[in-house]
Amino acid sequence: MSLKRGILWFTLGFALILYALPVYVMTINGFKDASSVSLATMWQLPGRASLGGFAEAWAMLSPNLRNSLVMVIPAALLSSIIGALNGYVFSKWRFRGSEVLFALLLFGFFIPYQAILLPLVRFLQWISVYGTLPGLVLTHVVYGISVTTLIFRNFYVNIPGSIVEAATVDGAGMVETFWRVMLPLSLPAFAVTLIFQFTNIWNDFLFGITVVPNPRAQPVTIALNNLSGSFSVDWNVVMAGAVIAALPTAVVYIGLGKFFVRGLVSGAIKA
Amino acid sequence: MVNPHWLVRNKGLLFLLPSLLLTAIFVYGFIGTSFFYSLTNWRTLAVDLSLRDPLWQTYTDMLAMPRFQADLRNTLVFTVLFIGLAVGIGLGLAILLDRQIAGRGFFRSAFLFPYALSFIVTGVVWRWIFNPETGINLFFDILGINQVLESAGMRPLSPGWTTDPEVVLSVNQVLAHALPGGATFQIEWGIPVALIPIAIAATWQLSGFVMAMYLGGLGGISRQVRDAARIDGAGEFRMYRSVIIPMLTPITISTAIILLHVSLKIFDLVFAMSGVGPGFATDVPAIFVFEMMFKAARYNLGAAASIVMLIASCLIIVPYLVHTFRSRET
Repeated sequence: MSLKRGILWFTLGFALILYALPVYVMTINGFKDASSVSLATMWQLPGRASLGGFAEAWAMLSPNLRNSLVMVIPAALLSSIIGALNGYVFSKWRFRGSEVLFALLLFGFFIPYQAILLPLVRFLQWISVYGTLPGLVLTHVVYGISVTTLIFRNFYVNIPGSIVEAATVDGAGMVETFWRVMLPLSLPAFAVTLIFQFTNIWNDFLFGITVVPNPRAQPVTIALNNLSGSFSVDWNVVMAGAVIAALPTAVVYIGLGKFFVRGLVSGAIKA
Repeated sequence: MVNPHWLVRNKGLLFLLPSLLLTAIFVYGFIGTSFFYSLTNWRTLAVDLSLRDPLWQTYTDMLAMPRFQADLRNTLVFTVLFIGLAVGIGLGLAILLDRQIAGRGFFRSAFLFPYALSFIVTGVVWRWIFNPETGINLFFDILGINQVLESAGMRPLSPGWTTDPEVVLSVNQVLAHALPGGATFQIEWGIPVALIPIAIAATWQLSGFVMAMYLGGLGGISRQVRDAARIDGAGEFRMYRSVIIPMLTPITISTAIILLHVSLKIFDLVFAMSGVGPGFATDVPAIFVFEMMFKAARYNLGAAASIVMLIASCLIIVPYLVHTFRSRET
């Protein structure tokens, strides 16, 4: 029995080392200074930890980090609010054909966005928000509606219909019931959708690079990719930049992992 | 005229109207528009929305392009490698963690952690881990694999990874015999070496997700089932193989479909690791679409490729959605 435990621990430990390798590489090389960083020593710990790479990466990426924040906060909030309203109707105020409409709405979550890219860009140009953060926010809100609706619908389905009925008997309308009864119960679902949307939108690359061609206005994922492709930037700066760009979602994951996993499962449509 | 009574009765619909309208335009309208573009003559910066003659010429041209054929091969190879690895490893990790063990929560969080990162961060780092000179190849020397190979008179193992144009295990000869017209393929059908690192990086990122899905499923299997299997004399291995893994089939299907969907539209990771690769060894349809639309100004071609991507996704997703909704109603 203890031999079995030993093998189990050894396997898990070995897997852990393999999983940690990329994080190890980006962190240790980020802490090297420009003179000591080289590909030949990419696996070795720095002789002396230096923050120079982080300072330089911060200077280069901070405008784009700001762009990412300015984009992700309103986009995550708005898509969550719309999702809450939709989920409420789809779960508690069903009407003939509402399930079909829900399926049609959900379909938007599964399409490869390449299939809408060209018309999207032309549409954003037409309403004069192409190349701007508001244009990017609009894009993320619209394409986020399907998944937030799904998460809220699945959450509200488990709230007893009798609560809604009781409120209606008391004379509350549909809106009032939502506002006074459902919304206060919805905090866990908001946590899930906000985290899910925050991670998705922060990590997005396709919309960022196609909707915003101007490097100064781009989110951090695109800026990091440009940094990595540039030959004039030292490697320690690229690795420090990767750490910086990963940090916000990593912190959210470490701090709120419970909700993160729930978002995953909802995203995988397990009602 | 809108009848107010109808609106009162369908207040719910009124609430949904903005979202439905946005979806109608941004999803269905735009898909229709993309499809329309794919049938037009718009292949320069100047917008030209006249229909091509013959109508499907862009599609015919595209399917004849060696680059697009390579894209289809790459998607197929990547999908098989990635799903095989991610499901296998994810299931393995879930089974290892499917017991009372100290640090269970820590291991689970650690293996799921990569899922929270962006493909760009992942790609930027993995690109260097697979650097042929100083990356993972060093371990072939350190672990003595190359010494063994050399003493056996074989070449040392030092693949060029994402810079390697080689396609191994080519099946062109087989295809030439098996398929009518199989000898006319312009590309090598096999496994491009350059795709392997990308499949590994994607596995690193998503195997934790697979593990989380399986752990959810394993949590739902009662003690009685396990006890019954043990009483029947099944050892640990037999119990998983004959009882538990078959019970997890619905989860395997959902997970495989989600991963399939990821692999069909994979873009960021390839973009950050290798781009089109040597001889289009790592080119995928999503990169093809991006380059045609935003670099080469071949708009009709990009739109056509995006429609092919959409159809491929729909072939998987639509039956899955229909099935999910059906089983929900009963």
